[in-house]
Amino acid sequence: MKTIYLDNNATTAVAPEVLSAMLPYLGQLYGNPSSMHSFGGQVGEAVDTAREQVAALLGASPDEIIFTSCGSESDNTAIWSAIQTQPEKHHLITTRVEHPAVLNVMQYWEREGRHVTYLGVDGKGRLDLDEYAEALSEDTALVSIMFANNEVGDIYPIQKMAEMARERGVLFHTDAVQAVGKTPIDLRQLPVDMLSLSGHKIHAPKGIGVLYARKGMRFRPFLRGGHQERGRRAGTENVPYIVGLGMAAKLAHDFMQEERVKVALLRDKLEAGLLERIPDCMVNGDVENRLPNTSNIAFKNVEGEAILLMLDRLGICASSGSACTSGSLEPSHVLRAMGVPFNYAHGSVRLSLSRYTTEDDVAYVLENFPGVIETLRAISPFKN
Amino acid sequence: MWNYSEAVHDHFLHPHNAGPLADANAVGEVGSLACGDALKLYLKINEQGVIENAGFETFGCASAIASSSVLTDMIKGMTVDEALKLTNKDIAQALGGLPKQKMHCSVMGQEALEAAIRQWKGEPPVPHAHEEGKLVCKCFGVTDAQIIRAIRENNLKTVEEVTNYTKAGGACGECLDEISEILAAELKQKPLAELKPKPRLTNVQRMQQVLKTIDEEIRPQLAADGGDIELVDVDGKRVTVSLRGRCSQCRSSEVTIRNLVERLLREHVEPDIVVQEA
Repeated sequence: MKTIYLDNNATTAVAPEVLSAMLPYLGQLYGNPSSMHSFGGQVGEAVDTAREQVAALLGASPDEIIFTSCGSESDNTAIWSAIQTQPEKHHLITTRVEHPAVLNVMQYWEREGRHVTYLGVDGKGRLDLDEYAEALSEDTALVSIMFANNEVGDIYPIQKMAEMARERGVLFHTDAVQAVGKTPIDLRQLPVDMLSLSGHKIHAPKGIGVLYARKGMRFRPFLRGGHQERGRRAGTENVPYIVGLGMAAKLAHDFMQEERVKVALLRDKLEAGLLERIPDCMVNGDVENRLPNTSNIAFKNVEGEAILLMLDRLGICASSGSACTSGSLEPSHVLRAMGVPFNYAHGSVRLSLSRYTTEDDVAYVLENFPGVIETLRAISPFKN
Repeated sequence: MWNYSEAVHDHFLHPHNAGPLADANAVGEVGSLACGDALKLYLKINEQGVIENAGFETFGCASAIASSSVLTDMIKGMTVDEALKLTNKDIAQALGGLPKQKMHCSVMGQEALEAAIRQWKGEPPVPHAHEEGKLVCKCFGVTDAQIIRAIRENNLKTVEEVTNYTKAGGACGECLDEISEILAAELKQKPLAELKPKPRLTNVQRMQQVLKTIDEEIRPQLAADGGDIELVDVDGKRVTVSLRGRCSQCRSSEVTIRNLVERLLREHVEPDIVVQEA
């Protein structure tokens, strides 16, 4: 049975170009970039190239790129650094719809005595800029707001929010794990101080991430030890993965414009097709302003885990904000923050596409998905 | 991904007895949309009290649907009295087990069955909520009677298990303390709050507590035998003491150290204190 992979916000396939770029560094080119000999030096050059490739994708300077092990490490480091360099400030701002990599860290710092403002969202997931303006204060050590939401795909007004923070002299971090490679980000124009990205969301492997830290910013490392990454992140460089991420960044940089259009067209076709074929469903999120690859659809009166397992039998990979899929008993915190009604929230399914999604994939899903909802609704005690 | 048994997969993908029964004379409903799962169980019970036919409608995950399906298979042909003896464990067993976080699906089956039979007998529905119990979990509408029953029938030992079986405490978490108290009363032991590890002591706090325990608990006991004790040093959790008076000549001083001094310090100060003689 063929696999239709529509769970690219969870992770993506490693691009063949990325894999080929990595292989030599898992083989004969095993030197340590810090070594004095040329055997290590040539590996150091590969790391430099990757750093330039990532910087080019973001419109940053190479020395503003810190390689980390994952998006979560980047997020932890950003928050840690802001707190450690400004011990006199006790306030943090984030949103109720963040990824746990930020949300749980904020909750940790709250327990440690910091005051945290969690900005709410409206029914489409949109933030309220007035609420944000009021929250900003002299005591705010950091604002951390995601660039785009992993569940519904909403893109937040980071340009505006970062400008507002800068005017007040407040540091701004954005978790751009879902946005990088899917929507243009130019740090020459965007006044954010720190930005997190993750390799495995842009067709590099799992286990590599980046924290961008703006030049001139005061910084404290989260992982201490050796002098790597200019003393900002200790640990011998994960060379093969750094090289892979460099290649993935290059591919994203070269093809983003073209791919955004192609992926968005397929997504729209898939979404419109499902809405047309299946009664009583709705799109979660802000359709006017979201990632080109993400569609989050809520099906009334059916439960998400049951939908996913039936899709799985058809070879279709998706994910759900339903309670049952996570082992928790409540639906996703994002959908709850948005106030999605329970009879829809439990039946929400996220479909996330990539550059490798095809017309055939979409056609197959459109043909098979409606039957799943029909089957489950037939045995549901709640009738539409 | 959940590690469901083959039986769960089979019953989920090909549910038995799905759909309402046109000639049902007993219907039991539990759960709600807000809870994320709900079951409506239909029974056709004949004059002899035998369940002739059963059907169900379920909103929920794979294990909720599978639990409903296997339940209808199990009860067909049973008398009402036999059916009332079924427990959620029987349902879970018939499915080859359920992941622990999904045990509440089997509880839902048992509750729907009881609700249906109560209706058939002309008794009021959902006894626990209105008659016997007090509402504990407001998010999922779970009463203390339901919690106590789940604890007894499934031999539950922790609050987490109670949540897995009843959903109580699984949302806002406000009732977790109350669940802990109910559980403690059932297990006839100290409330779990008291069993929680004490906050880590600073060296000064530890030293003060060690001194206090020696003065108030240990010395009086030794004095009764004409002995005495002196604290020599506290280094982290290693406490050095010297036995005095009659104890110093006692051949069983090692026993005194272990069974009296160390035991009392562990009880009153920290459970991992080690005592040695100078």
